[in-house]
Amino acid sequence: MKPFFQKNIGAIWMALVFLFLYAPLMFMVLFSFNSTRQDARFTGFSLRWYEALAKDSKIVEAFWLSIKVATITGVLSAVLGTFAAFVLVRYQKFIGRTIFSGMVNAPLVMPEVVIGLSLLLLMVGIQNAFGWPERGMLTIVLGHTLLGMAYALVVVQSRLLDVDRSLEEAAMDLGARPIQVFFLVTLPNIAPAILAAFLLSFTLSFDDVVISEFLSGPGVNTLPQVIFSYARRGINPTIYAAATLLITTVTIAIVVYSVWVARQTRRRARETFSN
Amino acid sequence: MLKTSFFGRRWVIGVPYAWVIAFFLLPFLILLYISFVDMGTDIHPFKPLWDAQKGVLSLKYENYGSIFRNNEGGGLFQTLYVEAYLRSIAYAFCTAVLCLVIGYPFAYFIARSQEKYRPGLLMMVMLPFWTSFLLRIYAWKGILADQGVLNQSLMFLGLIDQPIQMLYTSVSMLVGMTYVYLPFMVLPLYANLVKMDFRLLEAAHDLGASPWRAFWLITVPLSKAGIVAGFMLVFIPAVGEFVIPSLLGGPENIMIGRVVWDEMFTSNNWPRASALAVTMIGLIIIPLVIYYHAAAASSLEKEGR
Repeated sequence: MKPFFQKNIGAIWMALVFLFLYAPLMFMVLFSFNSTRQDARFTGFSLRWYEALAKDSKIVEAFWLSIKVATITGVLSAVLGTFAAFVLVRYQKFIGRTIFSGMVNAPLVMPEVVIGLSLLLLMVGIQNAFGWPERGMLTIVLGHTLLGMAYALVVVQSRLLDVDRSLEEAAMDLGARPIQVFFLVTLPNIAPAILAAFLLSFTLSFDDVVISEFLSGPGVNTLPQVIFSYARRGINPTIYAAATLLITTVTIAIVVYSVWVARQTRRRARETFSN
Repeated sequence: MLKTSFFGRRWVIGVPYAWVIAFFLLPFLILLYISFVDMGTDIHPFKPLWDAQKGVLSLKYENYGSIFRNNEGGGLFQTLYVEAYLRSIAYAFCTAVLCLVIGYPFAYFIARSQEKYRPGLLMMVMLPFWTSFLLRIYAWKGILADQGVLNQSLMFLGLIDQPIQMLYTSVSMLVGMTYVYLPFMVLPLYANLVKMDFRLLEAAHDLGASPWRAFWLITVPLSKAGIVAGFMLVFIPAVGEFVIPSLLGGPENIMIGRVVWDEMFTSNNWPRASALAVTMIGLIIIPLVIYYHAAAASSLEKEGR
């Protein structure tokens, strides 16, 4: 008989790492309900930080801006990423393919500071030349999309590589025009990946501080920027309240999504079986 | 064949191509350009490369020179910038090592757990990733502060008499960075380990190898690709980290991302900020090139077998 520790080392290690991963989340949820600003002791239950959050016009405004920016970024990234994935998977030979593939993937390894700085320099150059665009929502979206597109590309590309080409060829043989083949056969096939790409770039954009800090203008601040400026000033349980709401939303979304995926898989399995 | 153009092959290639040229290549060229010019006077943040009065190109290397040489009588490589680069590399390296030490057994145990538990466990690894990275870093501030939960608990338990300073030191930096980048280490390692044939370990056991010996001689070499991939996925973004040093680090923990920012917005020295950024790209490309060479070499080796 091995001693308890040795036998369960796997479970113990996993539990410790999960504790490490979840400790900050649990900490924020707990202390968002604290009745005082005190950080180390739970002095009593209250909802005052949620009240403060709802009344904080800076945070509320920034939240809506972030939602807008992330939605546009998500759509743009998913569309451009799908385009780029299609190009890289289906067109094996065109001029500058290697360079193209390098350029679309590069933002994945570029430090965000470098992306932010170089885009800022571009925007300043354009603004000096044409008097437009002012730094603000548009420039933030452009910056986020550069990054989002690279991630969207990876997601859609891996799906596109798995698509059974014979379906498309069959549609062609039956007289479908290429554009019909794309919208009726290819697109439904890769739709889950495009949705995943949208969600991923939405999340990246909603979470980004660095690129927004470089590209935002005066008075235009995304939610992470506002939180970042609060965070540097010290402890503020209002932020814990915001975090708790976010954690709840994400948890619900992920649970719903996994239930949906599980149901889809089961349905597909049933269909295959009944066939 | 699907070779016929659907709404024009030219457009399909052209749209994303034009996008990356406009928003990736062009900004990078501007960055490179500004890194070679003089700092401007008055309202212009930089002088043009083309000197109209003298009619010559005035290419300036000073921006790069000043990164590596101290103008105020110091020697080569004794500048604040070099220090910041080295510190960034050191933190990124330590973070990657810590992630490996914590993440490897973790990924291994997930890969060896019953198959029905694996998707749930992986989901639990990913879930924090989908919540705000900034907020999770912020939480560590409250945990590690002098009056924070950790210090107070340790004092309550009587393990320490007075708070240990953890926040704004290397400790809080490494905790924060390891925390954020751990999933990037775990996922490639898991993907690699789950494919491993664990019967090899049984065979080793049957032949008399101790579990440790089997682990070192079989599991680790077989998961080398996962280790290297995870290491790169942690190291590369960690070098350029900007938020964690700002929230969890003190004045002595400044990393290069912050230095670029200060140079740009506090000193308003655009050319030097650009030169620092270009140097930073170089710093990241070197390990990447080594990685790709190693990856290409090992895949060639495999084909040769």
